[in-house]
Amino acid sequence: MSAYLSFENVGMIFKGANGPFIALRDIELKIERGEFVALIGHSGCGKSTLLNIVAGLLRATTGGVLLQGKEVSEPGPDRAVVFQNHSLLPWLSVYDNVRLAVDKVHGRTKTSAERDEWTRHNLALVGMDHALEKRPQEISGGMKQRVGIARALAMEPKVLLLDEPFGALDALTRATLQDTVMELQAKLKNTVIMITHDVDEAVLLSDRVVMMTNGPAATIGEVMEVKLPRPRNRLQLASDPEYNRCRQQILEFLYARHRAPAAHAA
Amino acid sequence: MAIKADVLKMDLGSEGFLAALMPRVLGGLRYVATRVLPPVMFLALIIGVWEIACSGPDATLPPPSVVIEDTWVLISDPFFDKGNLDKGLFWHLASSLKRVAIGFALAASIGIALGVLIGQSTLAFRGLDPIFQVLRTVPPLAWLPLSLAAFRNADPSAIFVIAITAIWPIILNTAVGIRNIPQDYRNVAQVLRLNGFEYFFKVMLPATVPFMFTGLKIGIGLSWLAIVAAEMLIGGVGIGFFIWDAWNSSLISEIILALIYVGLVGFMLDRLIAFIGNRIGGYAQQ
Ligand SMILES: Nc1ncnc2c1ncn2[C@@H]1O[C@H](COP(=O)(O)OP(=O)(O)O)[C@@H](O)[C@H]1O
Ligand SMILES: [Mg+2]
Repeated sequence: MSAYLSFENVGMIFKGANGPFIALRDIELKIERGEFVALIGHSGCGKSTLLNIVAGLLRATTGGVLLQGKEVSEPGPDRAVVFQNHSLLPWLSVYDNVRLAVDKVHGRTKTSAERDEWTRHNLALVGMDHALEKRPQEISGGMKQRVGIARALAMEPKVLLLDEPFGALDALTRATLQDTVMELQAKLKNTVIMITHDVDEAVLLSDRVVMMTNGPAATIGEVMEVKLPRPRNRLQLASDPEYNRCRQQILEFLYARHRAPAAHAA
Repeated sequence: MAIKADVLKMDLGSEGFLAALMPRVLGGLRYVATRVLPPVMFLALIIGVWEIACSGPDATLPPPSVVIEDTWVLISDPFFDKGNLDKGLFWHLASSLKRVAIGFALAASIGIALGVLIGQSTLAFRGLDPIFQVLRTVPPLAWLPLSLAAFRNADPSAIFVIAITAIWPIILNTAVGIRNIPQDYRNVAQVLRLNGFEYFFKVMLPATVPFMFTGLKIGIGLSWLAIVAAEMLIGGVGIGFFIWDAWNSSLISEIILALIYVGLVGFMLDRLIAFIGNRIGGYAQQ
């Protein structure tokens, strides 16, 4: 029996102006249904590239990604993405941004009233039902990401892909959004791949943390299971030995064995 | 002011109303002081200097007082129509505006279509952009003889000159807008599997509107510049020919009056496009 989502020998070579650039090589990973996987690595190592391959926005040069045994060949709503920023359409209201996705994905299966209901439902899930008529530029960065998540959830994806969704947010906003993501995960049991460069975020949210080596030719260096019971509480975890062991293991990977390349460390 | 406030106070029957009104009144006064007063003052200054400079016996141009005196007939009744070219300024401006409207509408529709084409297709961009870059430097009036030869008729020639003048900034800005659509929007469209039609109307067009209107705004300004010059050469009813005709009859005051109208109309055209642009693409302002 094959895994729900599997990376089979994925490699990526970009054809740049100064010759080919090997971004990724030999990526092998299996993800089970309902699993929350964090992808961590230094900036520029190829995390977004890998996520975009799952999304179908990029095609792997070698190998491929199988979702329920079928090869991913193009983008689609079954692999919804939440981007780091700029992904809400600024000329549409919060409601219309989500509704656009709902209409497109559920246009054939739901009536107009059901789609309206589903749009509101998903915005309520992320706590944004109070700002339906606001434009993206009228709400804060944290709220934008909430709407982005609502839009992705509304597509009922098989895999939810998050590319550093909270990377641009301040620490407090980030914490409340992490709590929201945990609640949603407990309720909906989505299969999630989330890119982050925040060690605490990775441990707090995920079932497994996938650590990537530095590029060029980055690959998976280590996979760590997070054996913490859910629901998790950030206050209690602070003194939890398993939590601290996980943090320590990631920190060691990132800063002892795979330091950021000098160019990025500056 | 006091009377007006009193009336309002009675209407609403509220005691604190005057107090509530004060900030608004102060705000209004501040607006007048900072925005209305300076241009009025400088205008008065310019007119004063002009009056003094042109009052001497050797002055070649009339002072403002003489301009008003000479052109009072034209100012007081812009709507008279004594047949042929002897019409009020309204009619001259109206027929210039009509030519601009047709020419600009042509430029806008063809320009946006071409802009979308070269913005979307790398091949079209590589092939057409160099040609457009050369053509757009041709001065508007240089097209006039050619279009007269082609159309053998004054009106279509003038309209063609307007269109060919206004089209370049529209094409180029639209293309830039399309090339600047953030990759994230394209990604969203791909994840949602929007088809070409949906992508065009739901993503590409709205994303490009602010750029398009930058082009349209430059275009309308250029059209207005070109129409006055073109009409001087082609004749007929129109503000350009009115100016030329006044010059031939040595009616300098009429020229000055016409210039003021040309400036005001050009300004209003600019504001009109800006207004429509803000209405449609205002999301980009924040
Ligand atoms: N379209 C592309 N063409 C060439 N190189 C690219 C392209 N996209 C990404 N890269 C390169 O691949 C590497 C990985 O990029 P990315 O996946 O964005 O890193 P991360 O998301 O981990 O910060 C970087 O060195 C980047 O410069
Ligand atoms: Mg990235």
